[in-house]
Amino acid sequence: MNTNTNINIIKPPKEDLFKSGKFRSFLIQSIVMILVISFITWVVNNTATNMTANGIAHGFDFLWETSWFDIGYLPFIDHTGSSTYFNAFIVGILNTILVALLGIFFATILGFLIGIGRLSDNWLVSTFCGSYIEVIRNVPLLLQIFFWYHAVLRILPRAKNSLNIGDSFFLNLKGLFIPKPIPETGFNSVLLIGILSIIAIIITSIWAKRRQNLTGKQFPMFITSLLILIIPVFIISYLNDFPMFWEQPVLKGFNFKGGFRLIPELVALLLALSMYTAAFIAENVRSGILAISKGQREAAAAVGLTNSQILRLIVIPQAMRVIIPPLTSQYLNLTKNSSLAVAIAYPDLVHVFAGTALMQTGQAVEILAMTMSVYLTLSLLISLLMNWYNSAMALKDR
Amino acid sequence: MVEQVRKPPVIRLGILGWIKVNLFSTWYNSLFTILALYILYLAVPPFFQWAILDAIWVGNDRFVCEWYDEDKVKYRAGACWLYIKVWLNFFTYGFYPDEFQWRVNLTFIILVISITLFFIPNFKKKHYVGIFLFVGYPIIAFFLLIGNEQIGLDTVGTHKWGGGFLTLLLGLIGIIFALPLGIVLALGRRSKLPVVKALSIMFIEFWRGIPLITVLFFAAVMFPLFVPQGVEIDNLLRCIVGLTIFGGAYMAEVVRGGLQALPKGQYEAAQSIGLGYWRMMSLVIMPQALRIVIPGIVNTFIGLFKDTTLVSIISLMDLLLTVFTSMSNPDWMGFPFEGYIFAATCFFIFCFGLSRYSLSVEKKLMVSHHK
Repeated sequence: MNTNTNINIIKPPKEDLFKSGKFRSFLIQSIVMILVISFITWVVNNTATNMTANGIAHGFDFLWETSWFDIGYLPFIDHTGSSTYFNAFIVGILNTILVALLGIFFATILGFLIGIGRLSDNWLVSTFCGSYIEVIRNVPLLLQIFFWYHAVLRILPRAKNSLNIGDSFFLNLKGLFIPKPIPETGFNSVLLIGILSIIAIIITSIWAKRRQNLTGKQFPMFITSLLILIIPVFIISYLNDFPMFWEQPVLKGFNFKGGFRLIPELVALLLALSMYTAAFIAENVRSGILAISKGQREAAAAVGLTNSQILRLIVIPQAMRVIIPPLTSQYLNLTKNSSLAVAIAYPDLVHVFAGTALMQTGQAVEILAMTMSVYLTLSLLISLLMNWYNSAMALKDR
Repeated sequence: MVEQVRKPPVIRLGILGWIKVNLFSTWYNSLFTILALYILYLAVPPFFQWAILDAIWVGNDRFVCEWYDEDKVKYRAGACWLYIKVWLNFFTYGFYPDEFQWRVNLTFIILVISITLFFIPNFKKKHYVGIFLFVGYPIIAFFLLIGNEQIGLDTVGTHKWGGGFLTLLLGLIGIIFALPLGIVLALGRRSKLPVVKALSIMFIEFWRGIPLITVLFFAAVMFPLFVPQGVEIDNLLRCIVGLTIFGGAYMAEVVRGGLQALPKGQYEAAQSIGLGYWRMMSLVIMPQALRIVIPGIVNTFIGLFKDTTLVSIISLMDLLLTVFTSMSNPDWMGFPFEGYIFAATCFFIFCFGLSRYSLSVEKKLMVSHHK
């Protein structure tokens, strides 16, 4: 075939095998596949050789072996020297979840406050919130964790001279001591009544909504649900002599007994994580609120809604649509960032499992794979949820 | 209906008017203002007293800042900035030998000059500077910093590198390698070839789904297992590879945003004048897509730069770890506030400056879009 001459003559396109799109894409993909597979094989081979040479065991049998190390801080389940590595894995996950949930709780509150404050028409408040956001966002999180742990919490007094907040909260070098709720007999009935009231509230709200759709009459839902919830629970609690007991931390000797102890590592980590994430959440909140055009408020006011109705029915639902996706990714970031706990030895998943257990067993491949898959599962689950939420909440174009 | 007569709006001028509008417009705003002023009153004067008025700037040892009387009672002056002064060389260069520190400085000066050239408006040969920054400069920096006996520079092992210099280096290398990796991954993710697309998605989502610290553990512990026996990978190099892959995955998503933001007409126009895939991408699509996402790239870079502090967890002597190390020195124990405030200020200046730059670019882009 004379492919390199006759440029001037226009011919019908030839079926040149090499130049056809299908063949080329097949070729490229095969090459990529072969390269990737051979790279992986090479890596796996090397790893296997290296592990045999260094006498590293493989497989997941080590999970059921005795771990020979203690974990100091266990709010949920025990881990002593005779527990297995698998137990350490679970303890690590639980401690990670603990710090992530508490962090998300505080970061959300602080973030919304600061985000709204940033939009305040009070110059002082908005400047203050603005500088908070800028300072916190532009300093590395690890530095902030170190700052709280190694600088601020180190100048706290000893247990004897604890900072006393209302005789229930005590802050000292050993951590933060808070009262612990302990249920007594009869608590179950209160719990049952509470659940029943919530069900009643849900039924009432469905009924109220349906009635409003049919007749246009409004029902004072907020006050009604408050009453439905509070009155029965209060009566039952009263009849049972308030079956909830708050165990106060009490100074005994050199340390506090009773109550719930948050170790300094946890306090520092929580402070840093929630303050850091709050700065990002504040920016999301601000842009979410700004995304609602002024016309929406004006239109709502024009049809006669009151100020609180405008906020509740018009602004917040639309702003939340903008805020929630980035908010979720901030939650995810917070959870991933909680792995920095390893730097100050808070016993989270990375510290306990990818740190101590890895050092003891040397089974890096299995341990890192397990640790990574925990975070990966979480990320993928949340992004699936997010996609579902986005498609459910997306504006339906007609 | 009774018609309420509204008063004409009062135009307020001057400082008093400003104060009335911005601080005391409603009763709750007045409350907030008073509260905020009170908090400022509680926080600012003591801090000012500590950080400036009572601070110690000169001296020889810690006993200028901290001393004991006969009864062993400890006294503290304000902030001990002397501590920073004494340790500044260590905070900047780590263990890099004093007599070779000019090499670090030179590397840095070359970088500053080329970046300045790059950002001078109306400078015509920008692409040469760009190519130099991404290709020539890393080679020069490599030889200057590590040294090579044959060109007469003594070797300095990477274990001696440290301080702010190492932090900057990690950040810069991160951006130099993460951006190209991100572009390739983004193209892969947008590719029409299912295998390439699937592989890119898996790669990106995997590295974005795990925390950086596990990536660094992975790099530190697993990379040595991945290579044939007898091959040693430098600890710093492992970290850099980890950071690059991690940053590249995030960069890919930013670049993808730019690719998606380009109107389809650009692709079709490029194809209609007969450009192939690579020429279409490199001449038409990428220059525009990258321009749109400059703010995103800068923000990712800021994130990556802050994240370089994590290398201190696997004991690389970055700025944070040098500060931390100095605190456990028996001669200078007990000044954590000064140390962390110093480190935080360094990071803040760098990151805040960059974020302002990205904001100004964003504004410029918005203007040019609306032309």
